Amino acid sequence: MTQGITTPGAGWRRADGPPAQKTQKRRRKGGGRRGRNAEIAMVDEVEFTSYYGRPIIKPPVWKTPDVPLYLFLGGAAGSSSILAAMADLTDRPALTRVARVTAGAGSILSVVALVHDLGRPERFLHMLRVFKVTSPLSVGTYILSPFSAAAGATAAVELLGWFPRLKRFGGVVSALFGGPLATYTGVLLANTAVPSWHHFHTKLPFVFGGSGMAAGGGICMAFTPVDQAGPARKMAVTGAVIELAVVHQVENDMSIVSEPYHEGRAGKLMRAAKACTAAGAGLTVLAGRTRAGAVASGTLLAAGSLLTRFGVFDAGMASARDPKYTVIPQRERVKGAGDGSLPTGTSVPAPDVVL
Amino acid sequence: MTTISSASAAFTGNDPGNRLYGPVPDVSEQAGYVDEHPKRVGFFTDTSVCIGCKACEVACKEWNTLPMDDAHGKRDAIGMSGMSYDNTGMLGANSWRHVAFIEQTRTVDLPMPSIGLPGEKNRPELADLPAPDTGDLDTTAKAQASVLNAEALSEFDPQTGQTGADKQIRWLMSSDVCKHCTHAGCLDVCPTGALFRTEFGTVVVQQDICNGCGYCVPSCPYGVIDQRKDDGRVFKCTMCYDRLTDGLQPACASACPTQSIQFGDLDELQARADARLATLQEQGVETARLYGRDENDGVGGAGAFFLLLDEPEVYGLPPDPIVTTRDLPAMWKAAGKATLMMIGVAATAILGSRRR
Repeated sequence: MTQGITTPGAGWRRADGPPAQKTQKRRRKGGGRRGRNAEIAMVDEVEFTSYYGRPIIKPPVWKTPDVPLYLFLGGAAGSSSILAAMADLTDRPALTRVARVTAGAGSILSVVALVHDLGRPERFLHMLRVFKVTSPLSVGTYILSPFSAAAGATAAVELLGWFPRLKRFGGVVSALFGGPLATYTGVLLANTAVPSWHHFHTKLPFVFGGSGMAAGGGICMAFTPVDQAGPARKMAVTGAVIELAVVHQVENDMSIVSEPYHEGRAGKLMRAAKACTAAGAGLTVLAGRTRAGAVASGTLLAAGSLLTRFGVFDAGMASARDPKYTVIPQRERVKGAGDGSLPTGTSVPAPDVVL
Repeated sequence: MTTISSASAAFTGNDPGNRLYGPVPDVSEQAGYVDEHPKRVGFFTDTSVCIGCKACEVACKEWNTLPMDDAHGKRDAIGMSGMSYDNTGMLGANSWRHVAFIEQTRTVDLPMPSIGLPGEKNRPELADLPAPDTGDLDTTAKAQASVLNAEALSEFDPQTGQTGADKQIRWLMSSDVCKHCTHAGCLDVCPTGALFRTEFGTVVVQQDICNGCGYCVPSCPYGVIDQRKDDGRVFKCTMCYDRLTDGLQPACASACPTQSIQFGDLDELQARADARLATLQEQGVETARLYGRDENDGVGGAGAFFLLLDEPEVYGLPPDPIVTTRDLPAMWKAAGKATLMMIGVAATAILGSRRR
């Protein structure tokens, strides 16, 4: 009778269930049938304990499609603005015009998407009352605000044909903020407790930067006369290759948090994204110098980029909803620390992307 | 003039090390309360004496006028979780205290002393047993009074019962709450400054500032803070900031009938928790452990910490939470490199194309 809680550790298991859940038997709530694509067994069966299978962290409350769309538009607009400024400085008027309009439209739409996602949209300006480097969303606000002002104004005067000198200045200002706009979104997602985002915190900026170039280059190439669209084609193909390469690293990481990128809706989106991006890049090389080929491959690249954002977003949501992605990596970390191989509280950061 | 910043403590200028993690001797001072300020306060939740009465949940809802919600955080809905006596389900925008309830069982292969069935022969123990308790109020009262004593706990453990000679059950109950971390992810990532550090070292949302961006929600490694869908803003435990400023203790701690929830100055609570843990371990309760007590953990120690009787994940707590901003310098570095990469690719594309 004196066993009670006084007996060390073990033996205790949940009265109405197994002591621990096996990951292979887990079925995600709401995921239903489609959640199981068991063709890739990334990680061995691992046992873990949870509180009735409930999530530990809260999944993001960000809305779909607002936020994935924002990620896509920001990437396309940011890379287009860089292209526009450089094309302007090297005197390529047609490409400059298309890239500026793309950047301007993308920036305005991304502001709309971001504001619409707020729980209290009328309080958008509260974002500007502080500046915090610890908050990627705060930093992003101070990237997006000048970018959208400069890119929007540049696109407007481009279309109206006014103030040619001011236009160049506005274009250069937007180009300065364009790169950070496309890559900070990777930090935005990674700087959360969402396991499948945070683990890849050094890779997501590269995924989004590459994806942004594929989209921006693709859109510019589709609307620019083919003889002036050379830089757009090159940027699009390089961006697509970078995107595919880094996404490959993310998907084939040894950690269990790679799993959501293969499974369920996120897996489908990621596979579709890969197919579109690869096909778009291939078609650009083969038929990018023809009108029809440029339009088709540009569309494919933009679609691939859009699907990548939705896929990454979905994979993170899935990893937040299932406690195993929170518990198992943390357990492994604790075990590693216990072995003395690592000091307490340290994790092995994902290695930098080497390109 | 003292400026109270809602920036991350590491960037207020009061912390020369700009630390994003690790121990902080005085969180309030680091947050800008350089002049005289109250000591850091906290909760010590001793789950070994929690009886799962949920008085804390009720008191919290009453005091803070939180709306009703079901086990999935859906507002104004009555719903049974269907999994245990826990129908609160989780911490959220409308539940700032959540009593977790776990029913556990284990087989025991040691020969257990048993009374046996009535009429059964060979009941040698019977002779040694005292007469059935027919009103020896003195003994019972004494035992109940010393329920905080581990020795009594092992004999009169309210959480341990026996359903047979070879099977035991126990109930684990734990009142979960916002941890008021030393390095609070929610506070770090808030882009409006709505979340701030109080003079008591706690973390509170200013409801007139929050614009519902929702960034704090996935940034909390414990899944505490959440958004009210119809309202748009986020809500979480304030450690009854309004009561603290009036010299009262938080509603949940006032309501707790077993002193499972203890409120006080954090250093005092830590000392008390260490002593309690030592007592329990001395008594052989080797599964007892403190959670959130260690200042060297991933969040720099929690303002609300716990004494648990099983692994944290059994209670729905992360086993090794780390504030997400710890890795932020690496992330900004990667983003910087990725930006340079984009400019490089664009420049190469421009220079590598013949102009027509």
